[in-house]
Amino acid sequence: MTDASVSSPVLAVENVAGHYADSHILHGVSMHVSPGEVVTIVGRNGAGKTTLLRAIMGILTKRSGSIKVFDKETIAFAPERIARLGVGYVPEERGIYATLDVTENLMLPPKVAEGGMSVEQIYQLFPNLRERRKSPGTRLSGGEQQMLAIARVLRTGAKLLLLDEPTEGLAPVIVQQIGATIELMKKQGLTLVLVEQNFRFAARLADRHYVMENGRIVDAIERSQVTARMDAIKSYLGI
Amino acid sequence: MSMQALFGQLLVGLINGSFYAMLSLGLAIIFGLLGITNIAQGAFYMLGGFTTWMLFRWAGIGYFWALLLVPVIVGLVGAAIEKTLLRRVYNLDHMYGLLLTFGIMMFIQGMFVYFFATAGRPYAVPPELGGAYNLGFMFLPKYRGWVVLASVVFCFATWFAIEKTSLGRTLRAATENPTLTRAFGVNVPGLMTVGFGIGVALAGAAGVLAAPIYPVSPLMGADLIIVVFAVVVVGGMGSILGSIVTSMMLGLLEGLTKVVYPQGSNMVIFVIMFVVLLIRPAGLFGRER
Ligand SMILES: Nc1ncnc2c1ncn2[C@@H]1O[C@H](COP(=O)(O)OP(=O)(O)OP(=O)(O)O)[C@@H](O)[C@H]1O
Ligand SMILES: [Mg+2]
Repeated sequence: MTDASVSSPVLAVENVAGHYADSHILHGVSMHVSPGEVVTIVGRNGAGKTTLLRAIMGILTKRSGSIKVFDKETIAFAPERIARLGVGYVPEERGIYATLDVTENLMLPPKVAEGGMSVEQIYQLFPNLRERRKSPGTRLSGGEQQMLAIARVLRTGAKLLLLDEPTEGLAPVIVQQIGATIELMKKQGLTLVLVEQNFRFAARLADRHYVMENGRIVDAIERSQVTARMDAIKSYLGI
Repeated sequence: MSMQALFGQLLVGLINGSFYAMLSLGLAIIFGLLGITNIAQGAFYMLGGFTTWMLFRWAGIGYFWALLLVPVIVGLVGAAIEKTLLRRVYNLDHMYGLLLTFGIMMFIQGMFVYFFATAGRPYAVPPELGGAYNLGFMFLPKYRGWVVLASVVFCFATWFAIEKTSLGRTLRAATENPTLTRAFGVNVPGLMTVGFGIGVALAGAAGVLAAPIYPVSPLMGADLIIVVFAVVVVGGMGSILGSIVTSMMLGLLEGLTKVVYPQGSNMVIFVIMFVVLLIRPAGLFGRER
């Protein structure tokens, strides 16, 4: 085994362009994530963060360039094939099914790899969900829905998780719980791409931050540089 | 008017309701998953009836085997049609699906008229289900009782499969949010083929049940589908349980009308449809969009 294959990235996005119908949103995006890393994508509203995750997932159908997942070129793959490579997706809108109860929501995504959590472990991690297991998914509170959306991909054994603003609009104590869950995932060796508006939250977890502006990655900031470059970060995010 | 006549007509109503239920249940599944209003559902019912007749006539395969085989055959025909034709209109306006299935209906019916002419062909009631029970207040022909029972079993099995199994769970998820369901690794396009197959297989099964009651003819589905669409409008598109309940109710009501006001029996469902459209356009069990 050579050195290169040891650190061969879990996700390598190279010069990706993406469109919705007539509007060109992503302009040559490149980024990479190594095994076990937590990487965030930060940027202002409308920068194209969600669109990038949708492009990686294959949900955005008009895309070009190269997206390698576990070393497989997926630019021409349908979403179900990409997911089956071991990718879990927690969408911005959470995507809890109203016609499925909590347990059914949890059981829906097929297992894509060995080593996922059992339902029992998940209910231990999120006791609220156990209490609500017979409720229709959309009767849950916002925080419970977010936990369910995260729990759902933990069961599948996916090794690369894409999380789109998991803390958006949630109370501080729930944000804390989600932060703890992400730390746990990291300890288990999962690789995470996290879209986050809450930079303080992101800074605690991430190994690297990609800054997105108008559909382009304009900067990459390593964990070690965060303090030194705080002013630049603040101006990128307008905070 | 005798009790005998009343119960007789209610039984006829219950049987019609059973056919409505199986056809509209299939329609609800197809509409939910594919977004297509399958006008050809009546043609698949006819295909079921005719396949039953052909299996017996040409291969000596009897009723009970037909009940098992025909839904599978019709389902496979449906799956092939979905894969080759319907697939092409998913990204277009709903109207294209309607027109395409209308064309498919005309084609299937036309082929059978061409090869078999329109005359009805009799199909014998299987001997095990011949004769009648004397219930005291009426005679119940065994076969008619069987039809109601069998259709209840088919409908319940379908409902159970959708609500309580993992395939049904996936089907519901794909109906609600196909894109996200694909992003979880579910082969939704394949599921749509299966869903269409199951939907038309229900119509095919209804065709088997109908063969010994109504003469098997290329046009047997053409009249039925008009009424079934009225039933669907009353019940509301897309609700599984709603289509079953509405079908049975309207079948009974139709039977009852035959007793109290025979001239109105062909019309009553359409009158109700009219009233429901005025008061609750989404149908009794439908959701407003
Ligand atoms: N379905 C769509 N059709 C057309 N344009 C869209 C669609 N979804 C998003 N856009 C546009 O694409 C651009 C990027 O949107 P995107 O949702 O990726 O931004 P974002 O960085 O995730 O923003 P936010 O932080 O608000 O979630 C925006 O200009 C948006 O208006
Ligand atoms: Mg977004």
